[in-house]
Amino acid sequence: MRDAPDLIVVGAGVVGAACAYYAARAGLSVTVIDRGPVSAGATGAGEGNLLVSDKEPGPELKLALLSTGLWRELAELLPPAVEYEPKGGVVIASDEAGMASLRDFAARQSRAGVTAHELPAGRLHELEPHLAPDLAGGFHYPQDAQVMPALAAAHLLRAGGERVRLLLGEEVTGLITGANGEVRGVRTPSGPVRAPCVVNAAGPWGGRFARLAGVELPVLPRRGFVLVTEPLPRVVRHKVYAADYVTDVASGSAALQTSPVVEGTPAGPVLIGSSRERVGFDRSLSAEALRRLAAGATALFPVLAGVRALRAYAGFRPYLPDHLPAIGPDPRAPGLLHACGHEGAGIGLAPATGLIIARCVTGGEPPLDLRPFRPERFERPSSDPL
Amino acid sequence: MPASESDPHAPVDGLGPVRGDGPVDGLGPVRGDGPVDGLGPVCGDGPVDGHGPVYDLAVVGAGCAGLSGAVTAAELGLSVALLDASAQTGGQYYRHPAPALGAVRPEALHHDWSAFAELRRRQEASDITRLTGCHVWAVIREDGDLWAVHAVTGADGDGERPVRVRARALLLATGAYERQLPFPGWTLPGVVGAGGAQAMLKSGLVLPGRRIVVAGSGPLLLAVAASLAAAGARVPAVVEASGYLRYARHPRALAANPQKLAEAAVHGAELLRHGVRVRTRSAVTAVHGRDRVEAVTVSRLDREWRPAQGTGRHIECDALAVGFGLVPQIELAAGLGCAVRRTADGTSALVLDPLQETSVPGVWAAGETGGVGGAQLAREEGEMAGLAVAARLTGRSALVRSGRMRELRRRRARMRAFADVMAAAHAPGVGWTRWLADDTDVCRCEEVTAGRIREGVAGLGARDVRSVKLLTRAGMGWCQGRMCGAAVACLASGAEAPPPSAERRPLAVPVTLSALASLDEPRAGPEPRGR
Amino acid sequence: MARDPVELAGARPGPPFEITFDGRAVAALPGQSVAAALWAAGILAWRTTRVGGRPRGAFCGIGQCYDCLATVNGTPNRRACLVPASPGDTITTQEGHGHAGLGV
Repeated sequence: MRDAPDLIVVGAGVVGAACAYYAARAGLSVTVIDRGPVSAGATGAGEGNLLVSDKEPGPELKLALLSTGLWRELAELLPPAVEYEPKGGVVIASDEAGMASLRDFAARQSRAGVTAHELPAGRLHELEPHLAPDLAGGFHYPQDAQVMPALAAAHLLRAGGERVRLLLGEEVTGLITGANGEVRGVRTPSGPVRAPCVVNAAGPWGGRFARLAGVELPVLPRRGFVLVTEPLPRVVRHKVYAADYVTDVASGSAALQTSPVVEGTPAGPVLIGSSRERVGFDRSLSAEALRRLAAGATALFPVLAGVRALRAYAGFRPYLPDHLPAIGPDPRAPGLLHACGHEGAGIGLAPATGLIIARCVTGGEPPLDLRPFRPERFERPSSDPL
Repeated sequence: MPASESDPHAPVDGLGPVRGDGPVDGLGPVRGDGPVDGLGPVCGDGPVDGHGPVYDLAVVGAGCAGLSGAVTAAELGLSVALLDASAQTGGQYYRHPAPALGAVRPEALHHDWSAFAELRRRQEASDITRLTGCHVWAVIREDGDLWAVHAVTGADGDGERPVRVRARALLLATGAYERQLPFPGWTLPGVVGAGGAQAMLKSGLVLPGRRIVVAGSGPLLLAVAASLAAAGARVPAVVEASGYLRYARHPRALAANPQKLAEAAVHGAELLRHGVRVRTRSAVTAVHGRDRVEAVTVSRLDREWRPAQGTGRHIECDALAVGFGLVPQIELAAGLGCAVRRTADGTSALVLDPLQETSVPGVWAAGETGGVGGAQLAREEGEMAGLAVAARLTGRSALVRSGRMRELRRRRARMRAFADVMAAAHAPGVGWTRWLADDTDVCRCEEVTAGRIREGVAGLGARDVRSVKLLTRAGMGWCQGRMCGAAVACLASGAEAPPPSAERRPLAVPVTLSALASLDEPRAGPEPRGR
Repeated sequence: MARDPVELAGARPGPPFEITFDGRAVAALPGQSVAAALWAAGILAWRTTRVGGRPRGAFCGIGQCYDCLATVNGTPNRRACLVPASPGDTITTQEGHGHAGLGV
């Protein structure tokens, strides 16, 4: 039997991969366990957005700005196959009222460290020649970028080197706990794996995993559909989305919300999002969601009308009620750390999350204030000494 | 009941204006002023709500199974919509030349043509609403326990108007497509599917070459070789990876299905007459030629389909027709959550109850979708499904307790037993992957090589078809993994048999964004108007 | 024994008409698909792949494999095995995705 690792990461998505990578870089040995293959959950269903443009000033934006820099470093290290593209985002307003609120939003973001350039209507087509005529204007966010998420996770795991061991196709069925309830490892059908620390990077299934440790973390799946077109030359240069995307992302509603998000990929297909609805883990196709995605995308880019969608897929974002992830040690279960609940921003926020987890495990100074991400923040007020 | 359209076999058989820019190209019976949605019957006497007619039964696929199910249900008084991508009925098995080719002996290309002619006669005499040129991209459950069948239209699915047909019950008779296993050179022009060569011959009266090697595995190979030879091609060899001896281990299944033996004997006699040599336990392991096929290498195989070193035989030819059996086409059912099972030859098929219903109530299936079994079985399963749907919708439970139903169930059991023997005899051996060089393209669409797939499995954490797709792009292209799926499943799972998985293709066929954008708004309230 | 498929099926099609493939005249029979007409003229490839630039043509013959994509009358990515040939059709070898004109 192998020596026990220093750290177990449950979940081989991009967040788990980043946790493993930064922990390994800090000298720890890591075992990553997943019941499926690498990138099989939300990571494999994501578009690979590394965005600052859609975030309000606040703790998530701080995490995103830190991650943006870390992704730039990682892009130097990882092979070109991860398709890192620092292409920038363009947010579009269809009318003057939308433009005014974008202007206000961008001004507040600028004070928090985001670079945003106003694009008058006349300049939109310099950046995106195929955009529809008659749009009111927009903002250009040069810090936005994109990666191919499934490959980014796979190559991050690989970049961890020999200190990272993968246990794929193994479902965690329970936790091993010590005399005082402290977490000491996990059980799998092929035997226990012991380690002093266990990281919950189970994405949409993070709530279920937390329950194995006897703690509550209200992660809910928020379903999204993505349409994938036939291969095209570069027809969309940036990540382009309509201003109401920001409102939809921040909404807590369970009902279907859609706002067009359109971007090209180095491989050729254009990806079209985004929809949000809370319907559990139901994969069945929604004609209405697809109709709205297609209508929104063709309204922004009329040239896409005759282009064919080859594929569509559903994915489940790990949603927490305040739209912030849970990152860091869980005081209710010593030895357990959480790195989940990033909703639709997990690809972008993964490196900062991984760095934080590695610092927590090695006793280092976290790179930013962790209080907004406390995993226990959803405990009912009755148990809160306030 | 919806009125049927006027003669669906009108002169050009539904395929009117066939230029790509025609407004309703390929769409068969369309009233000029019909609603986009539901098309066909717009007369007032059918069950209609604010979104057009609601049929009792929508049948997807007008091959043996679908046609049989549709006529059975219609003759029992159900309103039936029958959708098919083609302009003609018959599916792949009874694919035949377009009327304009003026073929007076279409039966020369088919076994048991009269069975199809009879089904077609019954369909023409029925009230069935035939919707031709309909490429179904999804079936979605709507409020009120209705099924909405969404299709794009036109010869190539690029017509202007998407179609939505709604029905109380659904019969999926979407058939099968050919299983392919890659080998060096299989992407060269002149290498065609064995079923593909036959389809092109049956519909277009053409051949891919003059000297055609037929290779792969399965009973279809003999039929294809016989057709090609009858149509004037030289067939230097039929190369079958399995042996036929395995059939002999199941004498009861053979004896109970004399018509199958008779069919095989007909093909065998035809091949003998043309001097075609059948090489068993052999495979084409390389194709030679610069820009098109010039020759193939045929190697001997061991029991696990591993090629034996030094047995390669060079055969000159200008085309290769190759296929390794059939794969049930089940993505519409899988999209609805229907349960699947693993078949004896390693494909996935739908789990069906004794009356052909899937695990999702209200959704029936017949023919190859429930496991490949041939045209006759498909016809009888279609009839059973038609009876079962009628029994459910009209409350006439006697229909499923009838002597006819008992007889059909007996015959189905007998034919399924034979199909299982055939499937086991031709199941690919694990050694076939030894044919692959690292630079052999496995995914034809995205040009992903065997080496990259092996790297994705060994080095990046892929373990199944989906994760190989995510990490290598194999299966991400136009065909959505239909051509490479079987091969990728083997490469992803190593020597182990891959677990059964319903392939997820939420869009069963490509759909233009304009067609998606023009899908109807949802109904304002739960209560349909006009009832 | 039949000399060719047309004889085997006893076909008496209407008079052939002309389509062009990369500028070359090709005879097609009424009722044939674009792919069938090209095969009848001995043409097996009418597309080059996106990555390797390799020639491709009809493979599955039933609209499932999308290998037979052709540019027909200027419209790319049409399945030649499904699209019926019409008099005067202009077929051109499709390079890659067929949408080069859209690139920005």
